[in-house]
Amino acid sequence: MAITKKDVEHVAVLARLALSEQEIKLYTEQMANILSYVEKLRALDTRVVESTAYTTSTNTVFRKDEMKPSLPQEGILSNAPEKAKGCFKVPRIIE
Amino acid sequence: MSYEAVIGLEVHSQLLTNSKVFCGCSTKFGAEANTQVCPVCLGMPGTLPVLNKTAVEYAVKMALATHCKVNDKSIFARKNYFYPDLPKGYQISQYNEPLTQKGYIDIQVNGAEKRIGITRIHMEEDAGKLLHGESYEDADSSFVDLNRAGVPLIEIVSEPDIRTSDEAVEYLKALRDILVYLEICDGNMEEGSFRCDANVSVRPVGQKEFGTKAELKNMNSFRFIQKAIEYEINRQIEVIEDGGKVIQETRLFDSDKGITVSMRSKEEAHDYRYFPEPDLLPLQIDETWIEEIKRTLPELPAEKRERFVKEYDIPSYDAGVLTATKELANYYEDCVKKYEGQGPAPAGFKQGAKGKGQEILPPKVVSNWIMGELLRLLKEDGKDIAQPSAFSIQPSVFVKLLNMVDAGTINLKTAKEVFEEVYKTGKNPESIVKGKGLVQVSDEGALIKVIDDMLAASPKELADYKAGKEKLFSFFIGQTMKATKGQANPQMLNKLLQERLAK
Repeated sequence: MAITKKDVEHVAVLARLALSEQEIKLYTEQMANILSYVEKLRALDTRVVESTAYTTSTNTVFRKDEMKPSLPQEGILSNAPEKAKGCFKVPRIIE
Repeated sequence: MSYEAVIGLEVHSQLLTNSKVFCGCSTKFGAEANTQVCPVCLGMPGTLPVLNKTAVEYAVKMALATHCKVNDKSIFARKNYFYPDLPKGYQISQYNEPLTQKGYIDIQVNGAEKRIGITRIHMEEDAGKLLHGESYEDADSSFVDLNRAGVPLIEIVSEPDIRTSDEAVEYLKALRDILVYLEICDGNMEEGSFRCDANVSVRPVGQKEFGTKAELKNMNSFRFIQKAIEYEINRQIEVIEDGGKVIQETRLFDSDKGITVSMRSKEEAHDYRYFPEPDLLPLQIDETWIEEIKRTLPELPAEKRERFVKEYDIPSYDAGVLTATKELANYYEDCVKKYEGQGPAPAGFKQGAKGKGQEILPPKVVSNWIMGELLRLLKEDGKDIAQPSAFSIQPSVFVKLLNMVDAGTINLKTAKEVFEEVYKTGKNPESIVKGKGLVQVSDEGALIKVIDDMLAASPKELADYKAGKEKLFSFFIGQTMKATKGQANPQMLNKLLQERLAK
């Protein structure tokens, strides 16, 4: 699959990245390189291998439905650029 | 041209676990903002989600109750988008391989049964909450509370089987009843623990292909859902009739105006780039566990309704009302058992029977009392019939009152007043009747005297009656009832009055 300039621009918008023309060019090349590297896997015959996104084969890990202490509110908000009323403050979102 | 609507519903229900779906933070509603948050649900780098087993159990319960197939393996996926209430920049959900698929529920619409297919039920985490509006003076800002972020949800997606707003509302009510019966969701729409989005399109009757749909959001009551869908159906028909085209978009319901308004969001926002969540292994559910969960399923609303009709021989309308909540249904059954357990009453359960000697069976008597009196009083008081505390009149006390009617101690009208008094004061019906002198006049001699006095006081009516104006019979009944403050035994009064007038 060839990566085009358009793909990079699309992903940049989704990721809220403002890219310069130069960067778009650079990333188009780099992403194409990454994909063509992964393309190498196609050389393998995987017809009998089930596809997976996981590298371990452990069974599902569960936790019991038990409460644990949360962080104090000051801690939660300590990295927030802006805060007020015990909340993260963000530009108004209009719905 | 006539049109029909095609409606599919997506319901999000919060599961009633103690802790969140991937961390140990509390899920309790109403806590101070950002006090139920930890590094996991805050989306801090280096943290790992661990799945809450009870949340899975609850989701499987709903799957079994809606005849869905539970997949032995399902996959969590990341749904990527940016929004301030989503701390990680993605929501952990399920996409290609959901927990469960292909089920249905049967609903009752205007007396007919209809089957609504369920496409899938998947698990996901809730987002946080954005606060703004009048109480937040700052008009340029929104405030983010992450207490809700990570609370377990199931999303229940219906097939596009729904055709009217009535069907939509009945489907939602049935789903909510099941969730509440299963005790896995409190079903509270105002607090957002039961939310619904509606996909609505219209097409000319007879056309097979679907029209273009709009997705409706922001409806937090059954009434709003009904109004929003009705408005949207009419809007789309108008667009088509005017030669226009319906566009695929998200529309918000404005409850003040009763209309839906386009969100005008960028199409780009719909590219969620789902991919398997690498931090969570595939969810495996074995047959043994499913069987175990199956054994814990309670009797569901539809089953209960059916059983009530069969076992108690009451109309299906009554059964529907009485099974609205588990607590009400239990109360009804307790009262019926107490009442029936005593064997036939002396008066042969003639309460409320419209003469004709037609017997009303004990379960219907209890049903009449609960639907007519108790539910009315509870409604006036704004009591929640999902709370056992709403049913404070002990079944034995309830039955005592019915017995007093059956025995002819009080008449039906008095009994209703006494019932209200019992409800309000918690007093014993016998002491209320005694204390107020409400005992029915069933003493023939006493009643004859009242009738004779009454007739003596109405010479004109008596003469008219004898001259053939037989309608005056009910006038005499009324006068006697008035003289006895409504406490005359009606059957006896009828008989005696006829005798006296025949003289």
